[in-house]
Amino acid sequence: MSEIKIEITGLRKSFGQVEVLSGVDQRIEAGEVVCVIGPSGSGKSTLLRCVNLLEQPTGGRIVVDGIELTDPDTDIDAARTRIGMVFQQFNLFTHLSVLDNLTVAQRKVLGRSRDEAESVARQNLERVGLADRATAMPAQLSGGQQQRVGIARALAMNPDVMLFDEPTSALDPELVGDVLGVMRRLADEGMTMLVVTHEMQFAREVADRVLFMDGGVIVEQGDPAEVIGAPKQERTRGFLARVLDPTHAGE
Amino acid sequence: MAEATRPAKGGMSKRQRAKVGRGVQYVILLAVVVVGAVLADWNKIGEYFFNVEVARALFPSVITTALLNTVVYTALGFAFGLGVALLLALMRLSSVGPYRWISGAYIEFFRGLPALLVFLSVGFGIPTAFEGFNLNRNLTIMLSLGIVGSAYMAETIRAGIKAVPGGQLEAARSLGMSHARATTTVVIPQAFRIILPPLTNELILLTKDSSLAFVLGATLAKQELTQFGRSALTSYESMTPILVVGLCYLVITIPLSVLQQRLERRFGPGGKGGQGSGA
Repeated sequence: MSEIKIEITGLRKSFGQVEVLSGVDQRIEAGEVVCVIGPSGSGKSTLLRCVNLLEQPTGGRIVVDGIELTDPDTDIDAARTRIGMVFQQFNLFTHLSVLDNLTVAQRKVLGRSRDEAESVARQNLERVGLADRATAMPAQLSGGQQQRVGIARALAMNPDVMLFDEPTSALDPELVGDVLGVMRRLADEGMTMLVVTHEMQFAREVADRVLFMDGGVIVEQGDPAEVIGAPKQERTRGFLARVLDPTHAGE
Repeated sequence: MAEATRPAKGGMSKRQRAKVGRGVQYVILLAVVVVGAVLADWNKIGEYFFNVEVARALFPSVITTALLNTVVYTALGFAFGLGVALLLALMRLSSVGPYRWISGAYIEFFRGLPALLVFLSVGFGIPTAFEGFNLNRNLTIMLSLGIVGSAYMAETIRAGIKAVPGGQLEAARSLGMSHARATTTVVIPQAFRIILPPLTNELILLTKDSSLAFVLGATLAKQELTQFGRSALTSYESMTPILVVGLCYLVITIPLSVLQQRLERRFGPGGKGGQGSGA
């Protein structure tokens, strides 16, 4: 039996009167790559953001690495250092160089020395293919490069799991490949990953499991070939038809 | 259809009319300058405003005493005011109700008072209210200018903090930074880059407000530019000191503007070290 890295039980989240998550249960094992797909407003990003408590759940339990994040007595800041997060809008610190983006939290949160932090940062820049851009400012980079720096920044904290919130949705089409390539290598190295994405090809090839969400619940899940290739649920079929063949979706 | 784009009445196109309009403006401006120059008594102006001997007599003390005092008073007031303003801005953005109320009341109160009243209150009110508690002159000016400046700067800083995209705070929190740590290392540095222009504005305003120190009275060695100019005006019976002192203010404020533009180019939106969209 493999180790459970992320355990979500009965997760509910409401914004005011609107319930966005209506009871989600999920267990993700070490090394598993799970892709979450679904229409906009289905709650998939909220699910991801609840896993590191960027959104405070209304109900349910989140356990990551054996630590219950939903316990009010948990040191959430310490727990978050184990959970890397990559944002749709990159969210690089615009006033810091690429290198400083990678070292600031290592030094101020993990208490690493400057030398150690920089060495870890350079290793991770190497990993995403941007070792030569360490001194650049974020605004000088393309979107694809910024997102790879975003991934490297999260990896520099040596996280146990990585969360990706539509990491390629804000990119020009020709830049998507570089970012997905980095994510694919990360998956091959055995990182536990929860990825909200619209990249069906990536989900099909890299994911161990695909979750289809709609209306705040997981409608269908399983092997990517089954969920994407031969969906059982009507809602999944409708969504995939719209995504995979948008020009004929209205017919 | 074609008629509508053709020259209308008078045979002039829109562009031609604009050209004529601008020509008229230049003529009026020139006329005002000429009339002013003809009516002015240039001999008197020369004698009163540009009296070289009077100007020479003002040096070097106008620089070594008056200009220096103005710079010192402004720097003290700005430093104190900026610190208080940052605290007020954070309090106003706090989730703790009483912090927000106190900060809001402070800002509304001191923003609405003339700076002169603040100087009088601090300078004469505090020693009266707390007997035996005498503030020295520098401290009084620092408090007065700081209080005046902080009420304005607090709102500027608050606007700057709110202008930093929420994703920056989220990214910092997701890396394990506490809210306070994320605010100090990520949000505030970016906020200050955004508010560099209005903050420079505040500094220039405070430079001029430092002239209000005259209400506290001063020995010659403690006079700042305006008071120095007024004393000289009386003793030389010439307007020249006012002109010299005025130029001294510009000697302070213009370099500040240049510095601001430099910093803005370096750090501001779109700058090398600032925010901006990806290439």
